[in-house]
Amino acid sequence: MGRSGGGGGGGGGRRKKLHLSKIYAFSCGKASFKEDHSQIGGPGFSRVVFCNEPDCAEAGVLNYSDNYVRTTKYTLATFVPKSLFEQFRRVANVYFLVAACLSFTPLTPYSGASALLPLLVVIGATMIKEGIEDWRRKQQDIEMNNRKVKVHNGDGVFDYTEWRNLTVGDVVMVEKDNFFPADLLLLSSSYDEAICYVETMNLDGETNLKVKQALDATSGLNEDSSFQDFKAVVKCEDPNASLYTFVGSMELAEQQYPLSPQQLLLRDSKLRNTEFIYGVVIFTGHDTKVIQNSRSPPSKRSRIERKMDKIVYFLFFLLVVIAFVGSIVFGIETRKDLRNGKMKRWYLRPDDTKVYYNPKQAPIAAILHFLTALILYGYLIPISLYVSMEIVKVLQSVFINQDQQMYYEETDKPAHARTSNLNEELGQVETILSDKTGTLTCNSMEFVKCSIAGVAYGQGITEVERAMARRKGSPLADKIREREEEMVELPANRKNTIKGFNFEDERVMNGKWLDEPRADVIQKFLRLLAICHTAIPEEDEESGKISYEAESPDEAAFVIAARELGFEFYKRTQTSISLHELDPLSGVRIERAYKLLSVLEFNSTRKRMSVIVRDGDGKLLLLSKGADSVMFERLAKDGRDFEEKTREHINEYADAGLRTLVLAYRELSEEEYRNFNEEFTEAKNLVSSDRDAVIEEVAEKIEKNLILLGATAVEDKLQIGVPECIDKLAQAGIKIWVLTGDKMETAINIGFACSLLRQEMKQIIINLETPEILAIEKEGDKAEIAKACKASVVKQISDGVKQLTSSGSADAYALIIDGKSLTYALQDDTKNNFLDLAVGCASVICCRSSPKQKALVTRLVKIGTGKTTLAIGDGANDVGMLQEADIGIGISGVEGMQAVMSSDIAIAQFRFLERLLLVHGHWCYRRISSMVCYFFYKNITFGLTLFLFEAYASFSGQAAYNDWFTSFYNVFFTSLPALALGVFDQDVSARFCLKFPLLYQEGVQNVLFSWRRILSWMFNGLYSSIMIFFFCITASQTQSFRKSGQVVDMEILGATLYTCVVWVVNCQMALSISYFTVIQHIFIWGSILVWYLFLMLYGAMTPKISTTAYKVFIEACATAPSYWLITVFVTISTLIPYFMYSAIQMRFFPMYHGMIQWIRYEGHSDDPEFCNVVRQRSIRPTTVGFTARANARSNRIKERQRQRT
Amino acid sequence: MDVDGRPQSVPVLSRRQKVIYQFTQQNLPACKPVLTPAWVIATFFSLGIIFIPLGLLALGASQSVVEIVDQYDTDCIPEVFRSNKVAFIKDDSIPKNCTRYFKVHKPMKAPIYVYYQLDNYYQNHRRYVKSRNDRQLLYGLKYNDTSSCKPEESNNGLPIVPCGLIAWSLFNDTYRFVRGAVELGINRKNIAWRSDREHKFGKHVYPFNFQNGTLIGGGKLDPTIPLSDQEDLIVWMRTAALPSFRKLYGKIEEDLEGDDVIQVNLFNNYNSYSFGGKKKLVLSTSSWLGGKNDFLGFAYLAVGSSCILIALFFILFHVKNPRPYGI
Repeated sequence: MGRSGGGGGGGGGRRKKLHLSKIYAFSCGKASFKEDHSQIGGPGFSRVVFCNEPDCAEAGVLNYSDNYVRTTKYTLATFVPKSLFEQFRRVANVYFLVAACLSFTPLTPYSGASALLPLLVVIGATMIKEGIEDWRRKQQDIEMNNRKVKVHNGDGVFDYTEWRNLTVGDVVMVEKDNFFPADLLLLSSSYDEAICYVETMNLDGETNLKVKQALDATSGLNEDSSFQDFKAVVKCEDPNASLYTFVGSMELAEQQYPLSPQQLLLRDSKLRNTEFIYGVVIFTGHDTKVIQNSRSPPSKRSRIERKMDKIVYFLFFLLVVIAFVGSIVFGIETRKDLRNGKMKRWYLRPDDTKVYYNPKQAPIAAILHFLTALILYGYLIPISLYVSMEIVKVLQSVFINQDQQMYYEETDKPAHARTSNLNEELGQVETILSDKTGTLTCNSMEFVKCSIAGVAYGQGITEVERAMARRKGSPLADKIREREEEMVELPANRKNTIKGFNFEDERVMNGKWLDEPRADVIQKFLRLLAICHTAIPEEDEESGKISYEAESPDEAAFVIAARELGFEFYKRTQTSISLHELDPLSGVRIERAYKLLSVLEFNSTRKRMSVIVRDGDGKLLLLSKGADSVMFERLAKDGRDFEEKTREHINEYADAGLRTLVLAYRELSEEEYRNFNEEFTEAKNLVSSDRDAVIEEVAEKIEKNLILLGATAVEDKLQIGVPECIDKLAQAGIKIWVLTGDKMETAINIGFACSLLRQEMKQIIINLETPEILAIEKEGDKAEIAKACKASVVKQISDGVKQLTSSGSADAYALIIDGKSLTYALQDDTKNNFLDLAVGCASVICCRSSPKQKALVTRLVKIGTGKTTLAIGDGANDVGMLQEADIGIGISGVEGMQAVMSSDIAIAQFRFLERLLLVHGHWCYRRISSMVCYFFYKNITFGLTLFLFEAYASFSGQAAYNDWFTSFYNVFFTSLPALALGVFDQDVSARFCLKFPLLYQEGVQNVLFSWRRILSWMFNGLYSSIMIFFFCITASQTQSFRKSGQVVDMEILGATLYTCVVWVVNCQMALSISYFTVIQHIFIWGSILVWYLFLMLYGAMTPKISTTAYKVFIEACATAPSYWLITVFVTISTLIPYFMYSAIQMRFFPMYHGMIQWIRYEGHSDDPEFCNVVRQRSIRPTTVGFTARANARSNRIKERQRQRT
Repeated sequence: MDVDGRPQSVPVLSRRQKVIYQFTQQNLPACKPVLTPAWVIATFFSLGIIFIPLGLLALGASQSVVEIVDQYDTDCIPEVFRSNKVAFIKDDSIPKNCTRYFKVHKPMKAPIYVYYQLDNYYQNHRRYVKSRNDRQLLYGLKYNDTSSCKPEESNNGLPIVPCGLIAWSLFNDTYRFVRGAVELGINRKNIAWRSDREHKFGKHVYPFNFQNGTLIGGGKLDPTIPLSDQEDLIVWMRTAALPSFRKLYGKIEEDLEGDDVIQVNLFNNYNSYSFGGKKKLVLSTSSWLGGKNDFLGFAYLAVGSSCILIALFFILFHVKNPRPYGI
């Protein structure tokens, strides 16, 4: 972005332009017309783009979509109908709507207004919530669509315009470090060869830069003015979701040129290392590949909510049953009222009735009464449950967002719950599927250690070592503490202010290596680091400091390390590399140039990289670095002096979670090189399909007989606290799978680094790199390859399962599978075997997996195990996975917004997951499940008193209470405590949630929302309603209820019953929570108070409004001692059984949270021995995490000691 | 984000900020009771200690009430009509007077409340409850939307005041009490709730076209007395909650001595025979807790003593098996 001035010149950028393809072996493949191109113009390949012709009539006809990307659910016009439709997809709401409509007919037991009002409140509140949420999405859209980009306005003038205004065919100019606004066809760049570097992290999560190259025909168009007369027609495929294919052709100056993915720059990828590019817009907005790839966000519902629906259905069933029973009785009673012209209950005038009470048509009356009863007992279904739940969840999300301990100061990012639907699901996660890059690691590499000539250097301590030491309380921990204290004292000492370098060792730093015994080897080692790479140096003009732009961060780490240790790589030309290095003889820094002869690049099959240089003395050197697995076998017989030591060190490094590379070199004779070069040049000029294979063979020949120098250890820097977090999560019984697009080695290294893998774990590795498969692949028959691969994968899986079942549970297994095998493993007939295997393993790592595969694995786990899955990732390549999982968590650290946009909750750092799950997840789960149970309880209690009263009113459909009492039951007198329960309740504080991670299992095993618990609560409601009703009517019977002789009538009995219900349900709430802040007190006791206030105020209104409630409280109840005595008695005696139950449970069968509460209460929470006793019950052998690693190590030591004695 | 809430950025927080910070971090000072045996035992004990005296008080109050109940529905029908009580009650030509005697067992202090009690009478039936018009009761003929009163809405094209089934079925047995030779005065004023008299029944609303239909329900009303003074109607129209109910008839404002014999001259007009209901006459004094009902007292006593028992059980268990360490 630092680029000043307009388009054309780019002098700064040009300085470093390189003819890369001349030295590089593999990249920059040549495009040619292949068979695919014959399809252009056919079905699926019909897109025509008129480049740079905004006024072209033909282009107007095509009418491609604009570049506005909309992620909102509603638009202004569709909001009302669509959100209403969403609302009434809930059966409960439809029921309430029908009930409200019926309540304007004579069928109703309540007045119409009192029945409609709660529904309106509920629907209105939900709609407002939906509206606000969508508005927020809209704002994000606006931000995204209003980003600026330079676009050609005609006559070679480029101006800034918003992304949304781009149309197909526009020529745009994108500058360094900016995102591409749409899918572009690369025309030219600041480099002569029209190449550019692209970072596709947002698309596939890969961090290395990709090289794209424009057609030769357009590469000259690298100034603004050159677009004055530029015209071209591109014909290509229709919009599709495939990120890696593109077929098209460009007609330029009446010449046809084939186009390939090599020329396509995708939206959401980023321009790097290149000053600017020119491109023409091919796909816009929703046609772009990345948007095509993203499905519309699925609306996710939590398990609890789904179960809640079932409970609601159950209550409907109950409602129908009791309504049915009531109707039968009513029908019989009504029929009896008129027999042979004689009226039984003459005061009801059964001889002259409407159909509702007509004894002559008793069956019809009964059927109509059934409808009445459905409305009357509607209070069994908690109308406000859904809306309360939504309100509660929004407030819970506010707390999640506000949590300071999930706030990341460096990027100023708090946690952000984007949808509040899934809060309680956070408390039930069984499996976490994690991305690696940017999620577990911060995507920066640091050079920490090295082993040179069999001597280990570097005293830095890695995250993993630190975590292990802290856990064990070993002497290392003291050492660390000392060191850390030192560092606090002398902040200037901190060397790791240099990004990518965290190496510390007095023996080699500041030129001291000269005094080491094998200084010659050290010199070669460092020189190799400084030469053998593909980085580009960049000199800061002011300070003279050199920084590097490398394809991958580990590469950069090596060059930086070499620089810091005295071998500063400062200049690269097409054919040479120049260093500032220390001359061991004179001890002076001298400049030295190496002639670069060839580069044999790194790739995943070679696992090594070599360069051939001629040094100042004319010696030919082959410098090589690579993975230990390929390097050791290429050593010369006399080059293995330090092999054993080095291997030992490499193992140590791997155990400390470091990435290791082996460094070796050899001197070439002139003849050897000449031969090689001939073959190599020949191979490079091949145009056949096996060109790469031939090159590889040639390279193979020269990379042998090497002399070992040593090994490097680079820390793929884990994010802070990742090992601890994983350990805690593992202790909580959560499984962690890593799904990454990275190479297998990298993935395994990270597995080690974050303690998902450890040395003595048995690794089951499934891949297709066996010689047989490779042999078949060479033959190239696609069907044959697929068959062989399938067979191989099936065999490997079944072998794995066998291994798993044959060994005892003591062994921990790790499954590592690569993307190619995964394709076969995920096929329908094998996927269940694969799942069995994976579930049996302690850790699962899928590497080289595509976004689609990530999503498929997630779905497999989700559906296969039926448990809650959580996916966490940071790049657009994780989007599918995030959407597929029950919960998707986006890491909001890096620039890309794709993952965050499609996640349910965004956090800034992986380690916050610990708090998010163990604290917030647990709380939310507990809160929601308790709240739902309580809602059912309180409504059953209330609804059944209505039913019981009916039994005494010959099921005529008369409500026991005043209409507005009933109507406000769910709104004023009982809802706030339930909301407080849902928002604020804590069984144990955050500290204890983290201290006793196994508490989390309450959610995973769903003990708080099991059918047993739900039914118990319902039973409690049934029991309470029976107690309340019968105590009340027996106590107030027929006698006068006060000194002045009046008897209890319907109004007074109603008020008394209602008072008891309000007291009982609120006190039940107070009994069932164990966390009272001021808020709980206010809400619970306030609700009771509000009932009395309401009774007084409503009773004080004129009888026209208050009807039966007129002065009931002031005149009749309040002044009667029996009213108060009944209230006290009914409340307490109804609650005693529950109280007994909880006292007995707490004393004899405490649940896990109960035990922790007890510990805290008795003040033993800081007594380690005491806590251990409780924890003992919780500890089950965790198989991953550094706790497990430390345990395993101590076991190993014990074992050894035993063997010795 | 509430930046001010962060402790590291603002080391000294005002009280308000501190509370807000604690609130947003869900770390408010809270009372976290745990059901330890000590608490459980203490709770049960105190419940017992509160409940038992309350029970005794309530029981005492109930016991102090003297209540005389006389069921007369069958006895007031002459033997010949006992087989067809409905025919008897419907036959206007037969005189319905009836005389009952009962003895006062214990002295009764004035005021002595006189109730009539009906059983199996569904005043809480929805059709019945809804069959009234409060506006009409308050405003009289000025208010004429009385559809809720059907079928007792109008008669011969003229509206009925008070309309509806409740008023139409007004209870119309009457009682007069004679002690020795002296008639005991019954005060039939102030038996209805004041709020009803003053705000629900109009002072200027007079009965109109009432009980003029072919089918006579219950009692008739004096068309010269405004509804607000027709207290028996007001009491009747305050519908009972349960099918067995008493309603206040009046008050005897003289003490009755033990062994007094009371003669009741009653007119057995009301048809409770069609629906098989009982009719009772009740004389009762009143305590601070109201009439005679031992339930509340016994219930308090029972719950109170079981609380004590539970507490003892817990103590016993706790002494025998102290809670194991750390569980």
